Amino acid sequence: MLGLLALVAGGMVLLIVWYLFSNALPVIEAGRLAAFFTDSLWQPRSQRDPQFGVVSMLVASFLVTLLAVALALPVGLAGAVFHRFYAPPVLERWNRRMLELLIGVPSVVFGFWGLMVIVPLIVRLAPHTSGQSLLAASIVLGLMILPIIALTSQAALQAVPPAQLQAAAGLGMGRARTIWSVALPAAKGGIGAGVLLALARAIGETMAVVLVCGNIPQIPKSLFDGIRPVTSTIALEMGYATASHKALLFCAALILVLFTALLVGWLSFRKVESDPGTGGA
Amino acid sequence: MAAFAFTACGKKESGDVVVLTGASTIAPIIVDVAKRYEEAHPGVRIEVQTGGTSRGIADTLSGVADLGMASRVLTDEEAEKLTAYRIAADGVCVVLHKDNPINDLSKQQLIDIYTKKETNWSAFGGPDATIVVANKADGRSTLEVFLGFVGLDKADVKADVVVGENLHVINSVVSNPNTIGYVSIGTAATEAQGGTPIKLIATDGIAATTENVASGTFPITRPLTIIEDAETSPAAKAFLDHLKSAEINDIIEKHFFVPVN
Repeated sequence: MLGLLALVAGGMVLLIVWYLFSNALPVIEAGRLAAFFTDSLWQPRSQRDPQFGVVSMLVASFLVTLLAVALALPVGLAGAVFHRFYAPPVLERWNRRMLELLIGVPSVVFGFWGLMVIVPLIVRLAPHTSGQSLLAASIVLGLMILPIIALTSQAALQAVPPAQLQAAAGLGMGRARTIWSVALPAAKGGIGAGVLLALARAIGETMAVVLVCGNIPQIPKSLFDGIRPVTSTIALEMGYATASHKALLFCAALILVLFTALLVGWLSFRKVESDPGTGGA
Repeated sequence: MAAFAFTACGKKESGDVVVLTGASTIAPIIVDVAKRYEEAHPGVRIEVQTGGTSRGIADTLSGVADLGMASRVLTDEEAEKLTAYRIAADGVCVVLHKDNPINDLSKQQLIDIYTKKETNWSAFGGPDATIVVANKADGRSTLEVFLGFVGLDKADVKADVVVGENLHVINSVVSNPNTIGYVSIGTAATEAQGGTPIKLIATDGIAATTENVASGTFPITRPLTIIEDAETSPAAKAFLDHLKSAEINDIIEKHFFVPVN
C-alpha cells in the first residue's frame, strides 16, 4: 500500500511526460524535431519563413536558473548558518515563519512586484535598456527559491549530530572553524538536495518570469538583455495557439523537461559519486 | 482553461448555459452584460473566458464555446463558416508615460520607431533617452490591427519587450517611462482615468478618444464582434439577440468603447 502511494508521485511524472510526448507527436512524426536545434529564430506563425529555433530559449531557461541559484545560495546558506549557530531561538522561529510565508506568495505577485520595483531599479542602473531583462528575471527567481534553499539548509544543519559539534569544540575549534570544517561538510548532502529542488523549481517557473524577462527570443550578451525562457514562450503563446503551433509548444516543453531531467540526473549522480559517505537528506 | 466552464456548472439542462470564449478586450463587457442578463433570466448561466480572438474562433467552430468574441475582422476563410455581429467599435492607441512630453506621433514616425530607424526620443522633440519598444506577442488582435495600420510584417518589428496582455503593456510603460506601446483605447482610457500614470497619444494628429472612434476619424480602429457558427443553441441565440440590441450600450460606454447598434 505504502509502495503504491509512493509510486503515484513518480507515475504522475511519467504521465505528464507521456501527455507532452503524445501532443508533440505531430511535430516529431513530421521530422521537424531537428529544426528545433538548427533554426536560429522562433517565429512559428510566420507565413514567409516559419522557424522553430528553441536553442536561445533553452539557454535562457538554464542561464536564468543558474543566476537565480547563484544569487539565492549564498544568502540562503548564510542565513541558515546564522540561525543554527548565532541567532537567539525567538528570532530563528520568526524568521522561519517568514520564509515559509515567502514560499506561499503567488508567483504572479512576485512577477508584478519585480516589474514595478526591480525593473525601474535596473533602468536606473542601465538607462538605455528596457529593464525587463535576464537580471530582473534572475533576481525575482532568486527571491522565489531563496526560502527553499534557506529552509532545506537549516534542516540539514539541524540534522548534524550534536556529538560531532561537541567533539569539534572539545578539540578546541572555534565556532567559525566548527561551522566551516565540521557542520557544513556534514550537511552537504542536505544542502545539495535543497539546491537541486530550487533548481528544478526555477526552471519550471512561468508566471513571475514572463512579467520581467522581456520575452525576446535571443541569446543574451549582457545581464541587461531581454530573454525568453521556454516557459515564457509557452505561457505567451499556448492560449492563442492553433493546432500545429500548439504541437510545437508541447514539443518545446518536452525538450525542456528532458533537459531538466538530464541536468538533475547528472547533478545527483555526481553528488553520490563524490561523497558516498554523507548522503544526508 | 476552457475546460473549467463545464466542470464549474452542475446543471443538467445544458441549453441554459451559454459559453463564450475569445478576445480579452471584449470579455469585460460581456461579463457585465451577463450579470444583468442572468438577473433578468433566472436559470440561464453565462460563462465567459478569454484566450484571444483566434481561440474564440477555434472554440466556436469546435463547439467548445456557443459564441466567440472576436476583436478583428474575420478573414474570408473564417467568414465562410462563421457569422460575426458587431456590438461595438474600439480603437488601438499608442500609450506613453505621463512624463513623456510627446503628444502626437504620425504613422511614419511609428514605423521609424518600431523598425528602430529612430532610437532616441530626442528625434521627436522628447528627452535624450533611448526608446524602449514594446510589442504584442503572436495571436493578439491588437498586434494584427496595429501592424496592419503601419504596414509592417511582424519580422520587421524590432522590439525590446514582448508582452501578452494590454495591462502588461501599460505596466511596462509605468515601470520604464521611456517605453512606447499600443493597447485598446478602452483599456488605456480606463487605466488612465483610474490614476495610472500613462497617456493616450494622438495618431496622425487625431486624438485617441471614443468620440473619434465613433466618428470614424481615428485611424486605427477595429470592430468588437460576437461570432456564431451554424449550430447555435436557443439560449445562446437569445443572449446573442440581447448583445445585438441597444440595451447594452450603457455598459459598452462605461468600458470606453463605442456602441454601434
